[in-house]
Amino acid sequence: MSALRTSRPARIGQYLALLAYLVFLAFPFLWLVSTAFKPAPELASLHPTWIPEEPTLVNFRQAFDEQPLLRAAGNSLVAALAAALIAVAIATPLAYVTARHRGRLATAATGWVVISQAFPFVLVIIPLFLILKNLHLINSVPGLVMVYVVWSLPFALWMLMGYVRAVPAELEEAAAVDGAGRLRTLVSVTAPLLAPGIVATALFAFVTAWNEFFFALVLLKTPEKQTLPVVLTHFLGAEGVADLGPLAAAAFLATLPSLVVFAVLQRRIAGGMLAGAVKS
Amino acid sequence: MSSATATKRPDGTRAPRTVRSARPRGPDFGAWFLVLPALLPILVLSVGPLLYGIALAFTDAQSGRTQATRWVGTLNFQDLLHDTLFWDSFRIGLLWAVGVTVPQFLLALGLALLLNEKLRFRWLARALAIVPWAMPEVVVGIMWRLVYNPDAGILNETVRDLGLGQGHDWLSGLATALPAVVVVGIWAGMPQTTVALLAGLQNTPRELHEAAALDGAGTWRRFRTVTWPALRPVALAITALNLIWNFNSFALVYVLTSGGPGGRTRLPMLFAYEEAFRYGQFGYAAAMGCVMVAAVSVLIALSLVRRLKGDQDR
Repeated sequence: MSALRTSRPARIGQYLALLAYLVFLAFPFLWLVSTAFKPAPELASLHPTWIPEEPTLVNFRQAFDEQPLLRAAGNSLVAALAAALIAVAIATPLAYVTARHRGRLATAATGWVVISQAFPFVLVIIPLFLILKNLHLINSVPGLVMVYVVWSLPFALWMLMGYVRAVPAELEEAAAVDGAGRLRTLVSVTAPLLAPGIVATALFAFVTAWNEFFFALVLLKTPEKQTLPVVLTHFLGAEGVADLGPLAAAAFLATLPSLVVFAVLQRRIAGGMLAGAVKS
Repeated sequence: MSSATATKRPDGTRAPRTVRSARPRGPDFGAWFLVLPALLPILVLSVGPLLYGIALAFTDAQSGRTQATRWVGTLNFQDLLHDTLFWDSFRIGLLWAVGVTVPQFLLALGLALLLNEKLRFRWLARALAIVPWAMPEVVVGIMWRLVYNPDAGILNETVRDLGLGQGHDWLSGLATALPAVVVVGIWAGMPQTTVALLAGLQNTPRELHEAAALDGAGTWRRFRTVTWPALRPVALAITALNLIWNFNSFALVYVLTSGGPGGRTRLPMLFAYEEAFRYGQFGYAAAMGCVMVAAVSVLIALSLVRRLKGDQDR
């Protein structure tokens, strides 16, 4: 250890650098929060201040008056929940099989995961738009859910495969020796051990869908069906002239669910990325 | 588990002989049963549309057309070849992808190295460093519009406070728009890159560092001889992915500038989106998508070649 002791000036430099990073990472977010709580006169002031002198909740109220935020949040919630649950439900068995069996299927699955990261959505969205149109699923949340499920599958599969590999195969062998069938082994031995990983994956899929914009923009036409990110862009107006206070308030609210999920997931996400980054 | 050797039990499940070792090859219906629920949607909603999309590129498909869609061969691609607006946007996409990925990598590497040190408040920094990741891209765009706002934004206020002039309308200036959105791109992708690099750093054995330090190697030398070689695979993977993701990005710039001013920030995805869903040119937009896929494939091929070469060197 002693060989790696850092000198005092170097330490100070490190802390200064860390501070600089934190300022860079935090300042736009702090500015958003500050703007959200500022009353109109302060927003119009030519010399904006960091901390609102008279903090107010008026912007939040006005945001709800200006745009159908509640309904949009409801649409987002339904789409993200459904997508997360379905994606995990169908990805878990696939992840189990591909993680345990090394063969053509596993190769194809990982190949697909890699490729899916690469293709531009525009090449997929046009046909999807036409297909969903023929199925009368344009401008419908179920149609969007179908797209989200497939779109979140690669990463869900990737995360889950990591979690399956972390379950020692010996446990399953032991169950098999005890006479448990494959399904039985899966349900009573593997699934409980996988549960935390499945929950983490579902939460991740939820946030991904909650934050998604492009597919929602293309597939949802009327304000009644639109999700939160799409409705947020309505605040910007046609010419980009915006009512800053309500805009900031609505944007801040839209972030809260993802922030909560990320706070819960922080460690697991880092772990999942670790697996993904090292193996990809 | 082979269907040929496994015995059937009364409940219809197969008795596994061994779970892991000496598994004979052959069709495994149990496995297929588990795989099918995922495979069907993938085929119907991912692989299918991809092929359909490529096919569309060779047609004159338009939205709201009364006549039947016809095959037009490579006509769309010939048109694309002469479409200077598209090649401008392609060039902007490349500039943007490299302009975001490279500085972001360097910044993230610095942050990862810092977070790998035993510093106080490291936990706080780690927690905060993930915030941009959690935010919807639309919110990130809106947030930075507030920062860049010519009158009420904090950036111009800082510029004025420092006596550097009256500030700019950053997102509307022809010269400043692309750099301004690039900064946002760097900011937005920092967490993923940092976390990936941090994960890579934690794979470097500490003993190697200590041994190198005992041999009198300085910080830079230790980085070059110990840290970097261990980090290289992760660094290359995340850089390749970032280049691809950034080249294909949409939401951030759509919210920030919608591609303006005068197309200066019109990324290829924005161009194709407008072509398809504003002007209804499905076939032409699909051809753009094909060209983008081709560009990205070249990048993947290059990174694979590098990796293979790397393997040979060892």
